[in-house]
Amino acid sequence: MANEIRLKTPLTDADVDKLKIGDKVLITGVIYTGRDAAHKRMIDLINQGKELPIDVKGQIIYYVGPTPARPGKPIGSAGPTTSYRMDAYAPKMMELGMKGMIGKGNRAPEVIAAMKKYKAIYFGATGGAGAVLARSIKKAKVVAYEDLGPEAIHRLEVEDFPAVVINDTKGNDLYVEGAKKYRKD
Amino acid sequence: MREVHVSEIVPIVKKLLIDANYKIGQDIVDAFDKGIQKDESPVAREVLKELKQNVGISAEGEYPICQDTGLAVLFVDIGQDVHIVGGNIREALNEGVRQAYKDGYLRKSSCDPFTRKNTGDNTPAIVHYDIVPGDKIRIMAVPKGGGAENMSRVHMLAPSAGVEGIKDFIVNRMKEAGSNPCPPTVVGVGIGGTFERTAILAKKALLRKVGERHPDPVIAKLEQEVLERINKLGIGPMGYGGTTTALDVFFEVEPCHIASLPLAVNVQCHANRHKEATI
Repeated sequence: MANEIRLKTPLTDADVDKLKIGDKVLITGVIYTGRDAAHKRMIDLINQGKELPIDVKGQIIYYVGPTPARPGKPIGSAGPTTSYRMDAYAPKMMELGMKGMIGKGNRAPEVIAAMKKYKAIYFGATGGAGAVLARSIKKAKVVAYEDLGPEAIHRLEVEDFPAVVINDTKGNDLYVEGAKKYRKD
Repeated sequence: MREVHVSEIVPIVKKLLIDANYKIGQDIVDAFDKGIQKDESPVAREVLKELKQNVGISAEGEYPICQDTGLAVLFVDIGQDVHIVGGNIREALNEGVRQAYKDGYLRKSSCDPFTRKNTGDNTPAIVHYDIVPGDKIRIMAVPKGGGAENMSRVHMLAPSAGVEGIKDFIVNRMKEAGSNPCPPTVVGVGIGGTFERTAILAKKALLRKVGERHPDPVIAKLEQEVLERINKLGIGPMGYGGTTTALDVFFEVEPCHIASLPLAVNVQCHANRHKEATI
């Protein structure tokens, strides 16, 4: 695996521009969680011209719905969910300044195009490694949509959260390039 | 006739679901090890090491293997000489689910399909009953996550498609699923029966352990062939590229209508969680 690059949130254009597919990153700072239901509500607010419950400028949104935290723990198991379900909402969030998304699985061409246009990165976290990933989450707090339970927007404080660059700001795709390299038919 | 009180069933269902979500089978760990040694991609080997580390942490009992702790799928084989007393078996199974997901700190993922409102306790369980000879009840718990389930398909092939058509459909399905179902996957395949029966066969196929071949050598060979073809796709662990795309492929086969060739592909992520108990 390539050298590990340390990233501190919030991210700038310069931070994301230097990243390329296959880079392994360790993310430290504040990130926000959001899945389908939270995204839908945020897009509805935007369409009504209202303010979002979080300022997404420079931020990373992690597509995750964790298990309940045990007493004394900040969070439960917390691996990524499949990202394509957020494809309908992601370009708008990037237009508002969001710089990164963490999830797993392929993105739609229009999402990849928006990453190029607005300078943003799609990071992959290891799906199903919820226990490992939970250990890099030091604090968690619900900041919006508490009624959604695991799907509420959480503000997470992470330390060296491991991820891999899947789509960079140049339009490259690790899923395409990686499979090409090892395909045997 | 042997009597089994419903109160015996509740704690067993609870324990099976908690154990399934925290303790992965040794067959999966062994399959990770094989990939760590053999995968041609260094990134793939790193991912597999992370997955192995993950199941080690979860076995300590504080964090489930994955945050998607699934819908509670239960296969319940009831011996024909058993008389269930003290209440309703459906309610007992649901109570076991309720207690597991609350006391085991598991995520409740069951919701209304239209309003998307969470049912709050991960019920109802998805139950497949069978009546079998004997005086025992066998319960198999298979918590099933959404990501891989979404990549599953049922297809009614024309009988003329034959064995090649079956193999091509499965391989293409896994190619299209790509990184979405959290590879390396376990692929359950149902062949034959009817539209609904073939899907249940595919789900049941996932109860096998990695490396456990079908007893019919002809079908066992087909499983191997399809596994090899999937692993040549290059998708690799998490879709980052590599030679470990599927850990195994399991076929379950039954006779079908002369006009039909039903085929189901039930995709399962690397966390192939299942536990069973007999009462």
